Amino acid sequence: MRYNERELLCLARQPAEKAAEILMRLPRKGSVLKKRLVKLVVNFLFYFRTDEAEPIGALLLEHCRITKEEENVFSISFVEEPERKYCFECASEEQCQEWIEALKRASYEFMRRTLIFYRNEIQKLTGKDPLEQFGISEEARFQLGPPQQ
Amino acid sequence: MKLNERSLAFYATCDSPADNTGFLYKRGERHTAYHRRWFVLKGNMLFYFEERESREPVGVIVLEGCNVELCDSAENFAFAIRFGGAKCRTYVLVAESQAAMESWVKSLSRASFDYMRLVVRELEKQLEEMRWGLAGGCGGCQGPSGSWKLKSSVLEQAPERLPALPAVLPKENGCAVWNNTPGVHRPPDTSGSNEHDGEENPRPPPLPPRRRASGSEVGSTRAAGAESLSSFCQLHEQYGQEVARLRQDWLERWHSPQP
Repeated sequence: MRYNERELLCLARQPAEKAAEILMRLPRKGSVLKKRLVKLVVNFLFYFRTDEAEPIGALLLEHCRITKEEENVFSISFVEEPERKYCFECASEEQCQEWIEALKRASYEFMRRTLIFYRNEIQKLTGKDPLEQFGISEEARFQLGPPQQ
Repeated sequence: MKLNERSLAFYATCDSPADNTGFLYKRGERHTAYHRRWFVLKGNMLFYFEERESREPVGVIVLEGCNVELCDSAENFAFAIRFGGAKCRTYVLVAESQAAMESWVKSLSRASFDYMRLVVRELEKQLEEMRWGLAGGCGGCQGPSGSWKLKSSVLEQAPERLPALPAVLPKENGCAVWNNTPGVHRPPDTSGSNEHDGEENPRPPPLPPRRRASGSEVGSTRAAGAESLSSFCQLHEQYGQEVARLRQDWLERWHSPQP
C-alpha cells in the first residue's frame, strides 16, 4: 500500500505524548526482545533503534487490543489477527500500566467516542449542543449513530 | 519504514463508519495524468482504492499537519492537501461537483487527530466547569480524611458505549453525572478495602435515590443545585461513617485471625 512516507517521518519527529526505551518483540516467529525507542504520536506508535533518527516502523493504533501479559509486559494486537502480538517489556509494572492506559486512549476512534459522550452529556445538562459554537454539529464524524451513506 | 499494512487495509475496508466517501480525481506525483479513484476517509486516514469494489486500498494519505485549500487549478472543483515540511508533497484532488468539493474540503480540514483532540479538551473543560458549578459550594464539608475519588473503573463497568474518561474528573464529588448508568447499584465492597493506603473502593457506593430515578433532567438542574448541596454534605457524612465501620470491621478481623 502506498503511503505518504515523508509526512509520516515528519510526524515521527514531533513531540510525543509518550516516549521511552522499551524492549520490544515483533510478532515474527523466532523474534527476540530488542531495546527500542518507542514513541507515541497521535494514533501512531513509532519505534526506533535507540541510536537512529528515523523509525524502523510504525503501528497505526486503530482497532487494536492492548493486553497486559506477564509482569512488566503488555502486548498490542489487531482485531483481524489477534494472535499476532507485538510484545513490550517495560522496566517496571508502573511503567507498564502507564503505557497500557495511554495506548488504550490513543486511537482516533476512542477520541471520537469520548467526544460524542461529552457532547451528549453537555446536551443533557444544558439542552444545547456544544458543537454548535464551532459550527460542526452536522459533521458526520460527530454523530451518535453511523452516518447515512 | 515498516507500517502495519494488513491492519491498515482492515481499517480501510471494515464496516466502521467512514467520515466521507466518494470518487475524486487524483494526480500522481511524477505523472501529470489524473486518475479517478474511490476515496474513503476514516479518522485521520484518507484511503484511496482503484475501484469502489476493490478489496484493498492502493494507498493512504495520513492527514496530520496538513492544510486543505482551494486550488487555482485549470480544473473545476479542485482542491489541495498541502503538507508543511520541506520536500513535502501537495496532493491535488478534483471533485465531480461543487457540492462534493465543499464536502471534502470541510471533512478533510477537520480530519486530524489534533483537531479532534482540541474539541474533546474543550468539551471536557466545559463539562467540568458545569459539574463544579453544581457541587462546588460544598467545600466546607468536613468528612473523614478519605477523598472519594470516582475511579474510572466505574466507567469500565458501564456499557461499552461510555468510554473510560481520562482521569481529570473532580475527585470529591459523589454525585458525578457519570454514575447514572445501570449496574452501578452495588453495595460497597467489604472484603478488606480500606482507606489506609489511599486507595478508592473498588466499587462505588450505591447511588442516592434521586439520582437513580432520572438521567440528568435539564429543567431541574437549578432546583437540584441547591438541594444537592445539603444532600452532598449528608452523603459525604454517610459514606464517611460507612468507611469508618468498614475500617473497624477490617481491624477486628485482622486482630482476630480465623482458626
